[in-house]
Amino acid sequence: MPPLLGALTTVVEPNSKLGFPLLTFLVFLPAIGAIVTMLMPVRRPELSRAVGYVTSMATFGMALFLLTQFDTNPLDSGYQLLENHSWIGQLGVRWTLGVDGISLFMVALSALLFPIAILASAKVEKPKQFIVWMLLLESAMIGLFLALDAMIFFFFFEFVLVPMYFLIAGWGHDNRRYAAMKFFLFTMTGSAFLFAGIVSVAFMHQHSTHVLTFDVGTLTNWAAANIHGGTAKVLFLAFAVGFAVKVPLFPFHTWLPDAHTDAPTAGSVVLAGVMLKIGAYGFLRFAIPFFPQAAVDLAPLLIVLAVIGITYGAIVAAMQPNLKRIIAYSSVAHLGFVVLGVFALTNQGISGGLFTMLSHGLTTGALFLLVGMLYDRRHTYELSRFRGIWKAAPVFGGLFVAATFASIGLPGFSGFVGEFLSLLGAFLTSRWYVVVASTGVILAAVYLLWAVQRAFTGEPDDENRATPDINFRELVTVVPLLGLSLFLGFYPKPVLDRLQPSVNALIRHVEANSDYKAPTVPTVVAPQKGEGK
Amino acid sequence: MIGADAVAPIAHAPVDWFAIAPEIALFGAALAIVVLRSVVRHDDRVPTASMFIAIAGVAAAGVFTGVQWGFVHGNGPYQAMSGLVAVDGFAVFVQSVILGATLLALLLSGGYLRRENLESPEYFALMLCSATGMLLMASANDLVTIFLSLEILSIALYVLAAFDRKRLTSQEAGLKYFLLGSFSSAVFLYGIALVYGATGTTNLTGIAKFFSTVVLLHDGVLFVGLALLLVGLGFKVAAAPFHMWTPDVYQGAPTPVTAFMAAATKAAAFAAILRVFVGAFHVYEVDWRPAIFGLAVLSLVVGSIAAVVQTDVKRMLAYSSVSHAGYVLIGVQAATDKGTSAALFYVCTYAVMATGAFAVVMLVARRGDDRHALTDYRGLASARPVLAGLLTLFLLAQAGVPFTGGFVAKLSVFSAAIDVGQYWLAVVGMLTAVIGAFVYLRIVLAMYAPPDDAATAEGPRIVVDAGTGVALTIAAGAIVFLGVVPGIMLDFAHAATQLLAH
Repeated sequence: MPPLLGALTTVVEPNSKLGFPLLTFLVFLPAIGAIVTMLMPVRRPELSRAVGYVTSMATFGMALFLLTQFDTNPLDSGYQLLENHSWIGQLGVRWTLGVDGISLFMVALSALLFPIAILASAKVEKPKQFIVWMLLLESAMIGLFLALDAMIFFFFFEFVLVPMYFLIAGWGHDNRRYAAMKFFLFTMTGSAFLFAGIVSVAFMHQHSTHVLTFDVGTLTNWAAANIHGGTAKVLFLAFAVGFAVKVPLFPFHTWLPDAHTDAPTAGSVVLAGVMLKIGAYGFLRFAIPFFPQAAVDLAPLLIVLAVIGITYGAIVAAMQPNLKRIIAYSSVAHLGFVVLGVFALTNQGISGGLFTMLSHGLTTGALFLLVGMLYDRRHTYELSRFRGIWKAAPVFGGLFVAATFASIGLPGFSGFVGEFLSLLGAFLTSRWYVVVASTGVILAAVYLLWAVQRAFTGEPDDENRATPDINFRELVTVVPLLGLSLFLGFYPKPVLDRLQPSVNALIRHVEANSDYKAPTVPTVVAPQKGEGK
Repeated sequence: MIGADAVAPIAHAPVDWFAIAPEIALFGAALAIVVLRSVVRHDDRVPTASMFIAIAGVAAAGVFTGVQWGFVHGNGPYQAMSGLVAVDGFAVFVQSVILGATLLALLLSGGYLRRENLESPEYFALMLCSATGMLLMASANDLVTIFLSLEILSIALYVLAAFDRKRLTSQEAGLKYFLLGSFSSAVFLYGIALVYGATGTTNLTGIAKFFSTVVLLHDGVLFVGLALLLVGLGFKVAAAPFHMWTPDVYQGAPTPVTAFMAAATKAAAFAAILRVFVGAFHVYEVDWRPAIFGLAVLSLVVGSIAAVVQTDVKRMLAYSSVSHAGYVLIGVQAATDKGTSAALFYVCTYAVMATGAFAVVMLVARRGDDRHALTDYRGLASARPVLAGLLTLFLLAQAGVPFTGGFVAKLSVFSAAIDVGQYWLAVVGMLTAVIGAFVYLRIVLAMYAPPDDAATAEGPRIVVDAGTGVALTIAAGAIVFLGVVPGIMLDFAHAATQLLAH
């Protein structure tokens, strides 16, 4: 096997560029905040909130620092800032953390969304417990994206369920217990297969090399070169089930509308913003690099499911009487674009998928925040109860419409860049699926604009006229997300520059270990398309 | 067969006091309590004093176990008393688990007995007797010793289960456990007889040696014997389909006794299973592995599904105990060192999380020990947030959530199964873990539900006594410790497996 560049090789010696373990700090800072919050008196909720803000903002600051430390040299596509310590020697589990172009923006997105979600929940009941669960969730999310040991990844993969479960069950709406339970059980069922997959690969590696390790780099290179044929396909499917539930891919998506509808606003923001990305991230980090040939062979299956998700999600969304459910189903459709792009296995497709993941976190996060504000004012999500809100609350209405446009993927917003690249990338390898998927773009405009039309336009009746406009705190939560989406829509280069080396390395790895050859099309320079198309 | 006609004079085996020092310490403490009881008649302090004597006994036994570990570590394992008992790492590990579980159960019992007006020194003496039997079972290297220890531990437990004489369910539990337990003992004894018939020895090392030189042409008797041994021990670990007694006995027995039964008995009985099957009969691996495979799957499925339909928390935990037996059996049936040490680690973790969960159940039940319905848990989180948090921790650990010992325990048994190519067993285990999670989350949801005014108003306040508080703290600390730095205990389990006396 030819030695591979960067992303898929193991570097054991820790990166000494920084004098301290930045990534471990990033993972544990929110957890430490959670422990501090636990020690705060229940009767002084403002103290708990203060700890929540300070910790999540400090984490965000560290994530920004991580962005500056990330080496953008296009030739350096490997994991950066590596940390590697032994943890459970008996089981071969090591505390290995590292960051590359694929995980970088997921970490940054998590660190951005948590302070916003906490700020948006300033009026929540039992604030102390809420902050504790939120911070634990943040730790787990960041740890999950930074983990370069498959078992550590699985640790966090399982652990995120617990705080999310309590957030939905404790602070959700009417049907929260059912939704929380369904969420927990669906994901756990998926992870049964994921676990079997991870451990099988590790033991196959152990039987052949007598080294028990869960190191992602080592396992990737070994599995890609040594696991073939039917075995590879079965294992790929085991991973795929685990991740498909998380994405969620049709037909594993049924937990999502329930979980989203009944989750509290902060829960929905985090769920849509980062949690759904775990699935797509898992495909890129494990399923595809571990079994490139199987991924190439089974890509049509996943693309079909993605396309079904795009169209089905859009059609079902259009039929919903509940505004929050519409956005929930729109997530099914958006994540369909992500999977479509990822399994296009072209540079544009995967970059587009990753970009859509980032963009969806910003735009859908903003939409869920806005819907949450509407609920705070009116205590309902029923579309039929809203009318003429734009007139009653002009700034709020304007922001909602802007968020809708961003979510639809109007040129100028980040959603356009991501979806365009996904479709373009997929067009190179699976043309006719793209034709079907493109209808999803139109349908997205239909269901979201229709909803906006019904709720926001027209003359408000008495019930709606009293809707108060957005306040400063709420403005602070939404504007950064929309602003960032707009910025990335016009100027996606900083993100794409950091994604590309890792994406290229992944595609080279797939080409080297399968009969697949990525179509050679001149690299599309996306930045210029951002505005013009 | 050997020496049927040679009548040798009965040889007096030299007594190796060091080998049975932990058992002697516990039994000595039990005797001291009985003597104290008969000498000091009218003194209210006797029950409390008994508890401290019992704890001192456990501590002394713990010290002896530690010394044994040091010895085994330095000089290697050996067999004492003409091979009746083994002094090896395996025994030391299981004995540590049993002693830990006994300590926690004793701590729970003090406050419980006071609350229920059952204070009596005999309770502690019985518990120590039972624990003595368990320790002996952990180190037993002869089928006869196993039977002996089985009886010592069981007879004391029958009485303990029925200890709350006023409560009908406790009497029922005692009687049921006694009837089914003595039946299973008889089955086990018959198994010993058949195995002796086939191999000419009851010594486990002797059996292993026998099979290393002899191939049986007619092995029917042996297989029936093996099956009967498995039934007898399967009964004690509450593996399906020999679990029928579990829900009734767990529900009816005084809650600290239930905790003791779940944690310590399981550890002792699994030690015997591992020694007999993985140790002595490893030659017949191909034949007994499918049987244990079947027991494992059945326990997992029956335990987790039956738990779903329960409305009584104690019964839920009883059925979950059946499914936990299934997880340990996954490790057993791998029949590898990895599987054995995984099973040991699981037993240790289960002892901690079961005792912790039953401790909270005991407190919530309040005076009368009868508030076990799921509805009794409503509003617990707002009334007693710390207790609710602890029970949540223990239940999540049982569900196998990361950063608790339960996750590492499940991880290691599944790893052992996958290591020998049994992917489907691991997947079945994971899927039943999902059903299990549903059960545990139901209890958690009930706790965090708004209080049911009618139910909470009538009940007295939950009182946490000092002993239970200490026990809960230890258990909570241990379960997190096992989840965050499992390396120490895993190394211990691994070393224990390596230092198995053959």
